[in-house]
This record gives sequence, C-alpha cells and structure tokens, in this order.
Amino acid sequence: MNPSPGPGRGAALRENRGDPSTALGERQGGDLALYIHWPFCVSKCPYCDFNSHVRAGVDEDRWRAALLSDMAHEATSLPGRRLTSIFFGGGTPSLMPPATVAALIAAAERHWGFAPDIEITLEANPSSVEAARFADLGAAGINRVSLGLQSLDDDALAFLGRAHGVAEGLAALETAQAAFARVNFDLIYALPGQSLAAWQAMLTHAIGLGTGHLSLYQLTIEPGTRFATLAAQGKLVPADPDHAADLFEATRALTTAAGLPAYEVSNHARPGEESRHNLTYWRQGDYAGIGPGAHGRRHGHATIRHRKPENWLAAMDRNAHGIAEDDILTPEARATEALLMGLRLAEGIDPAAIAARTGIATARLVDAAAVARLETLGLVAQRRDRLIVTEAGMLLLDAILPQVVAIG
Amino acid sequence: MSKASTPLDRIRNFSIIAHIDHGKSTLADRLIQRTGGLTDREMSAQVLDNMDIEKERGITIKAQTVRLNYRAKDGLDYELSLMDTPGHVDFAYEVSRSLAACEGALLVVDAAQGVEAQTLANVYQSIEHDHEIVPVINKIDLPAAEPDKVKKEIEDIIGISAEDAVLASAKSGIGIDEVLEAIVTRIPPPKGDREAPLKAMLVDSWYDPYLGVVILVRVVEGVLRKGQEIKFMATGTRHLVDRVGCMRPKIEQLTELAAGEIGFITAQIKEVSQTAVGDTITDAKKPTAEALPGFKTVQPVVFCGLFPVDAADFEKLRDSLYKLRLNDASFSFEAESSAALGFGFRCGFLGLLHLEIIQERLTREYDLDLITTAPSVVYKIQLAHGKGELDLHNPADMPDVMQIASIDEPWIEATIYVPDEYLGSLLKLCQDRRGIQKNLTYVSGRAQITYELPLNEVVFDFYDRLKSISRGYASFDYHQIGYREGDLVKMSIMVNAEPVDALSMIVHRSTAETRGRGMCERLKDLIPRHLFKIPVQAAIGGKVIARETIAAMRKDVTAKCYGGDASRKRKLLDKQKEGKKRMREYGSVQIPQEAFIAALRMGDEG
Ligand SMILES: Nc1nc2c(ncn2[C@@H]2O[C@H](COP(=O)(O)OP(=O)(O)OP(=O)(O)O)[C@@H](O)[C@H]2O)c(=O)[nH]1
Ligand code: SF4
Ligand SMILES: [Mg+2]
Repeated sequence: MNPSPGPGRGAALRENRGDPSTALGERQGGDLALYIHWPFCVSKCPYCDFNSHVRAGVDEDRWRAALLSDMAHEATSLPGRRLTSIFFGGGTPSLMPPATVAALIAAAERHWGFAPDIEITLEANPSSVEAARFADLGAAGINRVSLGLQSLDDDALAFLGRAHGVAEGLAALETAQAAFARVNFDLIYALPGQSLAAWQAMLTHAIGLGTGHLSLYQLTIEPGTRFATLAAQGKLVPADPDHAADLFEATRALTTAAGLPAYEVSNHARPGEESRHNLTYWRQGDYAGIGPGAHGRRHGHATIRHRKPENWLAAMDRNAHGIAEDDILTPEARATEALLMGLRLAEGIDPAAIAARTGIATARLVDAAAVARLETLGLVAQRRDRLIVTEAGMLLLDAILPQVVAIG
Repeated sequence: MSKASTPLDRIRNFSIIAHIDHGKSTLADRLIQRTGGLTDREMSAQVLDNMDIEKERGITIKAQTVRLNYRAKDGLDYELSLMDTPGHVDFAYEVSRSLAACEGALLVVDAAQGVEAQTLANVYQSIEHDHEIVPVINKIDLPAAEPDKVKKEIEDIIGISAEDAVLASAKSGIGIDEVLEAIVTRIPPPKGDREAPLKAMLVDSWYDPYLGVVILVRVVEGVLRKGQEIKFMATGTRHLVDRVGCMRPKIEQLTELAAGEIGFITAQIKEVSQTAVGDTITDAKKPTAEALPGFKTVQPVVFCGLFPVDAADFEKLRDSLYKLRLNDASFSFEAESSAALGFGFRCGFLGLLHLEIIQERLTREYDLDLITTAPSVVYKIQLAHGKGELDLHNPADMPDVMQIASIDEPWIEATIYVPDEYLGSLLKLCQDRRGIQKNLTYVSGRAQITYELPLNEVVFDFYDRLKSISRGYASFDYHQIGYREGDLVKMSIMVNAEPVDALSMIVHRSTAETRGRGMCERLKDLIPRHLFKIPVQAAIGGKVIARETIAAMRKDVTAKCYGGDASRKRKLLDKQKEGKKRMREYGSVQIPQEAFIAALRMGDEG
C-alpha cells in the first residue's frame, strides 16, 4: 500500500495550479463534497443504467494518475475549501486497488483538508473477493461502505443478474461491519411477482442485520437497459403501480418502527447516520466530481466529465482534466434544482433560504395556489419556514413537483 | 382543335356501376389503355382517380370522364364516353347525375363477392334512367371466383338477364375486348336534336389551378361552343364559355360539343360553389324552354366540429377549408368555439365518408393536426309558444328544454344486404338503433333487408358495427326520407362535476344510458389518474344517468436521484410542463387532448 503519490506526480499537480482558466481569483470558502467515479464492473447488471463498463484489462497506474490529475484540476478551481465527504462510486469502486483509493484520499486531503468528521464512502459489491480487501480499504481511509446486496433471496439475485448469492452477500456484510464504522446496503424491491408478505419478510430480515442505513429502491425499468428490452418484448412485466405503492407504504412503516425512518424517497437511516455526501446533493451543497461521467456542481457551474472511460482518458491526456461540459447555471436553474432535489427529503425545503441564495423571490419559486390545493389533499405541508412533501405525498412526488415548482 | 362533332350513332355514353372495390376504376384503366388513351408509360394505376386519397384508398370521390376512340369489329370508329362515378352513398346525388348523362351502364360485379346492396341501389337508379345494362363479372382470375353463382344472383336479385354477361379480369386484362364490343353493340346511341336551343346538364365540376373551374357536361340538345354566352338555369348566372373539350384522359380542346356528347367547358368561373351539380346549362340569348328534370340542391347531413390541436393553426385551418371548398361545394363550415377545444369550425358533410375524406385531406395535404368532435345530424327544433323552428347543427347550441316544444330528427331508409348467418345480429343492431323493419327477403343465401332508421343512430359508428358484425360481408345503402319527431335529449358529460362541452351529444332517451355509460367507461381509461379521485358522469338535464370513478393515482416517484440526476430532473420537469400545455382543464382535471380525440374517435361499444 502506498498512500501518497510519487514525487513526479506531485510536481505535476503543483504545475496545474497555474492553469489560467481557473485563475479567476475567486476564492470561495466553505464546505465541499468530492465524488470519484470508477467506471468498471465485472459484468453489466440488466437493470443498470449507470456509467459502468466491462473492460478486459485496466491499466491501473494510468488510471490512478489520471484520477489524481482530474482531482488536481478541481482543486485549482476550488481553493480554500474543506472536504466534508468523499464518495467512491461506480461502476464497482471496490475493484479499485486499495493503493489507488489511498492515494486519492491522501491527495484530496492535501488539496483541501478534511473536516474532522469527514465521511469517506465506497460502494462495494458483496463478493468474497472484495470482502477480502475491506481491511485494506479501511486502512486507506474509507470509513463508510455501501454494499450492493440488492436482495436477500437467491432467485431474486439471479433475476437481477448479480454474481453473488445470499450467503456470500451476508458474509461480506459481516466483514464490512467489522471493518468499517458505518455500513449501508442497498436492496431492490417491487420486483415482478414480489408479494407484500415476501417483501415485508425480507425487509424485516434486512433491518435485523443492524446497519444504521438502508437504501431501498423500487425496481425501475430504465431506458437502454436489458430489462427495458425485455419489458418492451413483454417478457418482463413491471410491478403494478398500485401494488408498488403498497410495498412502499409497508417499507415506510417497517423502517420507521425500527428506528430507521426515511429521510429521502429511498433512503432510511438511524438519526445521525444519514449519508452526508448524498445530503450535499439534495441540499444544494457544492460538490466536485471527477472520473468518467462524474457530475459536479460548484460555484454556480454544472460540470460533466466525459462518460466513456477511453474518452475521459484521452481528454485527460489532452487537457489534464476530464470535463466534457461546463455550464453556468442560471439562478432559475439553481433554484429549480434546489426545489426538485430538496423536496425529496423528509425535511423539505426552506423557500426563503433558496430565495436568498438565488435572488429569486419565493413567489416565483413556488406556486402558492398549487401548494394550497395539495395541502388540502394532505400531500404537502408547511412547517414553520419549511415546505415539505408529506409521507402520503412522497409516493406521488413526480406528479407533485411540476405543480409546486413555479419556475423553470 | 379537333373536328366537329361525331354523328350520334357513333357515340356511346356509359357509366360503370359497381360496389366499392369491385374493380370499377381498374376496369376503366384497362379500357383507356386498350383504346390507346394513354401510353403504357403514362398509365399509373387508376388514372381516373386523381386525388391522392382516391388513389390510396382506392375509392372514387369525384365523377370523372374519359373519351375513348374505338374501332369496333364492324370496322367503324366509335366515340365512347366513360363516366367513372363515385361508388359511395354519400355521393348518391352525384351518381344519379352521372347516370342521367348516359344511355347505358356496365354493371361490374366482383366474381367472388357477388351482388352487394350498393350495386342494387345504383343499378335500380340506372334502370330508372332506362339504361341498357351490360353485366361484367370481374375478378374471374381470383381462385374464389364463382361466375355462375354471380350470374344467377344478378338474374334473381336484379332481375336482368346475365346470360350475356362478360367475364373479365380487369387486373389481368381478360375480357376487355368483349367489354368494348358489348358497349358498341348493346348500349344504344344517344338521341338529341342538334338544331334545338342548347340544353346541357352540369354533371360535375372541380377546380383546376390552371383552368379555374372545369365543368363536366352532357349536351342533351343543341350545341355548346367556345365563345358562347351561357346561362345556368337554377343558379341564374351567365358566363362566357372560353374552352370546350374532352378528356382522353389528357385534356383535348374542341370547337364544340353537340347533343349526345359528354365533355367539359371552362367559363372563367372562380369557385365551384358557383356551379350546382344537376343544373341545366342553356344559351343565354336563345334559352331552352324547360330545364332538365331531377335537379336538387345538396345539403350537408352530417356535422362535426374540427379543431386544430395547436391553437396557433386556426388561421391555417380556415385557409385550408377555403381551399378545399374551392373544389367541393358540398361541405360547409362556420367558426365555432369550445371551452375544451378552443377555436375551430363546425362543418357539414354529405355523409360520414365525406367527413372522413375532408378530415384526411386536411391532415395530409394541409398538414394539420385536428380534433374531430362526434358527428351529429341536423335537428329541427320546434320552439315552445309558437316561436318557430330552429335548425340545430351543434348539440352545444341546444336551447333550454323549457323552450322546446318538440324535436324532429332526420330518418333514412336503409337497404342492407347480408349473408344469412349474420342476419340475426344485424336485425338486433337495427333494432337497437331504433330501426323499423320494412321488408325482408331472401335470395340465394342472402337476405335483403329494408329498415327505416334515424340518421342520428347511423352516423354514430353504425357502419363500423355493421362491418364487424358481418365480418365485412354486409353492404349498406340509404336515402333520406324526411324528418320525424323523436324523444331526444341532450346528454352532457361531466368530469369532476364540470361539463365538457365538446363531448355533449343529442341522443334518444332510450339509448342515452347505454351511450352515457360507454362514454364514461371510455373516459375512465383515457383520462390519466390524478392526485385525487375523479367522478366522470353522463347527465341529462340535472340527472346523472351513468357514472364512473377514476381512482386517485397512488405512485409516481423516481426511486433514485443523486448528483448527476439534477439536470435530468430539470429536463423532466420541462417536459412535464410542456405536456401540460396540451392539456385542457376541467374542474381541476387535466384532460390530455389525445383523450378527447380518442373518446370522440371510438365507436359506440368501444
Ligand atoms: N384479382 C383481381 N383484383 C382486381 C380486379 N379488378 C380490380 N381488382 C382489385 O380490386 C381492388 C378495387 O379495385 P378498384 O378498381 O379501385 O375498385 P372500384 O370499384 O373503382 O372502387 P370505388 O372507386 O371505391 O368504387 C383493387 O385492389 C384492384 O387491384 C380483377 O380483375 N382481379
Ligand atoms: S455492479 Fe452496479 S454499477 Fe455495475 S453493472 Fe451492476 S448495478 Fe451497474
Ligand atoms: Mg374507383
């Protein structure tokens, strides 16, 4: 394990600080989150529309160097910030060499410095191979792991195209719980044919595993996936929306009773165990995103890196950064995002705060008549300064948002 | 310019009578080809069907004529005028005028399908015009062809001899010479005094962008010349003839058309609406004493609203309607507005096919996206307290019940021809539609039924039902027989307690509930679920007669949404807001325009 970059690379990083495109002298203080994307997976899951790719061999040195310089580029445009979280997402970042993880964490600390309670999460597949690396990853600085368990039923795992079985997954979870302070795992539910009772049993089992955080996603057929093809051919019949609604309500009931209430549409946590990194997204904090396809939102810009690994690498060679698009977000766009993202949270939004941040009057942000109408239906509520979508409303969020959001 | 007129005994004027798709246009094509009217290269299938719609749907809408030169087996040259007439009841009057312009007819019967109701209606008309009828049994190339059975049908049903019927295949060119010989030897030449004052029938007219309005004429007496001042006896207008000619089918200019001949004229007329089919044309200075019999003004019988899906297209729709009317004076339109559908036009048509054709031409030739409201007929409302009579074209305009003494509706007499096995269901259909059976006879395994029916029940998907009940084997023809009083009511449709004007209709009290239920069920499927539950009701006056409830939506949420999805969510929001623009709001219910279109398009039983 070699947590620090070699001297040569360090020199390169320092040179990059002179990049004139970032020499705007705009020194913004404050907190920052960092997202690092590792785009490779062993195989492609049939439901997955993430930026994940299957490649025969990965030149690990080259990737490490490239990610480091992509980070350095962000560092030059974001001086004076302090990192509150780092998130290694993918793809399957648990396939990254722990040394690369360590190097990236160390570099990040050098660039920005860490908040004392920094959360450093890595997404991991619950296979025995990966579980064997958990200790090294912990040593590299990872303090939170998010496991793609996906199901506690072998048939469902097979249906989802997962390589692991339930026993292997549970073993990996145990290893993770020993290696990391905080552990989350994902489950996918509302699978075709899944009964309410079966889901309740699985969820009860899952809660009993004792993690402080659960991400519980209803299966969504995303365009361009294998499931989408099967659905179009009629070979896969998605769950009936009314049944899915029943499952959603049961999920809320069980997790609340167990002390892991939903703080976002699909995320449940013991109080204090929420993903700080993801909260940054939903609360409109600044975040830098590096690696293929990573998105960033920082000082009013939206950045997107090249999606395809090869294109991103080529861009790195060319420009020493992987940015494909860099758009200035208008105040309207920022406000819209604040509403769209913020209303996913149980805590909702503070319209006045968004108005203050974007300079757009609250009357232009939120459609008061729609809010009043939805309030009588019990779908939204106003709690002191905040506007929230209620438990009942959360299931209908996508239908509620276009009514409530006045701008855009 | 061509020579003067052909002697009467060398002229043959004939029309072709056939049920839809029995091969009339194809046979016409063959005759043109055989007599050299067009080279092979110029022949595109169905040359006489000019409009795209005619070619595509294989139906004839406007009457067409073509003059053929034929050297018969007797060694003499004949001038044959062929009239290809529309084959649909909507254009029955035009057919009758085309028939009146001829001395004989080819009766084309599909060797596999046999005689159909429409064949009958037209053939009887033809017999009324004292036509010599030459049966042509077409499509003998088909494996299912049964020429002998069809011959027997012709004899049994129509009552004319089919012994000398020509067996033909218009498609493969079999029997074409025999058809030509039969025309010459069996159809009589026209009569008519060429010295008498001009008397010609206006058979049809259309707008040509280069020539202006072209008028198809049959000269009955006298001579029609270029430069002549003529008078339309019914409309009373005078015009100067600037072109005289015939179609071969390419235009050929002539110096004159004499008694017995069919041809065309142009007379600097700008709009087809200035010409009336069936009118008598005479010499303005030396007029004939008496007009030709049989003239009538055609009135639209079926009405519906046409609205642009995109409100911005209103002007374009208006212009397009004007342009179409240049060529088809038989439909009418006036501006109308609807809370649901915005600004549009109330249009009148000769029948459902006519409606469909105009609608299709608007969408296709003028690139308009349209919503069509449910077709309705013209009701005559007798106002209370002797306040007179009102023609009601639009259910939305129906006066308050208190002001109505009674309502009269148009009735038709329908002739339906159907194979035995479907008779039961057919009688039920007619009965359900308030029909009164007038006659029922059997001929060779088929029934011929005559029913009196309210037109209102027919414009509403009767034809589709008839076809589906009989698997397409029933055929149907009708004519109007006047107005009768009916127990009619206005049925409103309410969504979340608010009436939707575009969906209101006038129905007979006895069928209101069925219709209302059907409409509510359909809307239940068409209106997307909302955040609250929505009652959909059909009502007469204040009384609800049918009700459905659209359950509240239960789930619509994106499961996963992280950093990069923010822009995606913004795009989705834009799309949702864009979609909202295509919605109409009723009682806070967003009804997509597509739902209106589908609700109105679908038939009775869905
Ligand atoms: N097999 C076969 N098909 C034929 C024959 N004659 C016509 N058809 C086909 O029958 C269909 C209808 O022919 P049309 O000539 O358009 O019929 P029509 O009587 O003019 O129809 P309307 O104008 O609608 O009254 C077309 O698909 C023709 O190709 C024939 O002799 N044999
Ligand atoms: S492991 Fe995760 S990122 Fe990779 S294909 Fe499967 S779902 Fe997608
Ligand atoms: Mg035709």
